[in-house]
Amino acid sequence: MFNTRIRVPETAAAGEAVEIRAMIMHPMDNGFTYSTQGTLIPVNIITDFTCRYLGEVVVQVRLEPGISANPIFTFSLRATESGPVEFEWIDQNGDVTTASADLTVT
Amino acid sequence: MRALAVLLLLAAPAQAEPVSGYDFLMPETQALQDDDFANPGLLWVDQGAALWAQEGCTGCHGDATGSMRGVGAHYPVWSDERDRIVTIDEQIDYCRTERLGLDPLPRGATDMTALDAYVMHQSRGLPVAVALDRPELTEAHARGEEYYYTPRGQLDLACADCHVTNEGMRLRGEVLSQGQANGFPIYRQLWQDIGSLDRMIRWCHESVRAAPPADDDPVWEDLELYLRARGNGLPVETPAVRR
Repeated sequence: MFNTRIRVPETAAAGEAVEIRAMIMHPMDNGFTYSTQGTLIPVNIITDFTCRYLGEVVVQVRLEPGISANPIFTFSLRATESGPVEFEWIDQNGDVTTASADLTVT
Repeated sequence: MRALAVLLLLAAPAQAEPVSGYDFLMPETQALQDDDFANPGLLWVDQGAALWAQEGCTGCHGDATGSMRGVGAHYPVWSDERDRIVTIDEQIDYCRTERLGLDPLPRGATDMTALDAYVMHQSRGLPVAVALDRPELTEAHARGEEYYYTPRGQLDLACADCHVTNEGMRLRGEVLSQGQANGFPIYRQLWQDIGSLDRMIRWCHESVRAAPPADDDPVWEDLELYLRARGNGLPVETPAVRR
């Protein structure tokens, strides 16, 4: 589990497009850099990011080594019903980091 | 050499008004720092908050948002109890080891920087107010200043050669700032990571091809005192975003 920061508005009007933001603390080592001791730092990245709303996948991203450290995703979501917004990050070793927040539609 | 440095110091014009490193950044970088969600330094502030509760800091200090407000802005301070100058990192680690019985954190450990960032973050917006109100502090300040103005390394550069003499000029693509310490720990884009003042000082040494002082050299405290006092009056920006 890595540290994450997510922002989901607490409430939204039905049909409103709300801004969702999600960030994870991760070095995203691209395999081309060297440590101060001169040894190559191996590739170490998050490979998948998924956001689900009401259990349905709304955003799915495959990450590659060219993405900078601590990647942040910002996207719009059309609010329809009250329910959970769930985030999932998977790293190259298959370790899963999750976070979620509830969105109430008024 | 030392006498020459002192002479140069006396001849130098009065220190310009302190200007935060923030004012030397591109608008995009400033916007990243000002964004209360996307500022990546906040990841470590969050980590510090978790450690604060988990390690038992709350036992004495309660909720840091109240108890630590303004505390970081005064560090480094003189400690009668320990008869020495104490930086914020050292005070945090002292609390952890002496009062909570935890193992000391190694210098530059992520947890250490996270706690530092969390405590300093509570003073965000308040002016840096390092007191130099006793002889031990003024003497240390003078030693820190001398270090700052002494050329070192294969490039034979003093800290002041960039951050005082050439402030506002360009070094390749970079604009040289005054090297103020009011935003530390900073999220540095070059590192893509958080870094304490300690890490930045090491980086500067490496850049002028000089060996940093030994870990137990008291000049670390002198230099931190000088650097922080140099920015007295500037708002604390922790976690600042820098290039």
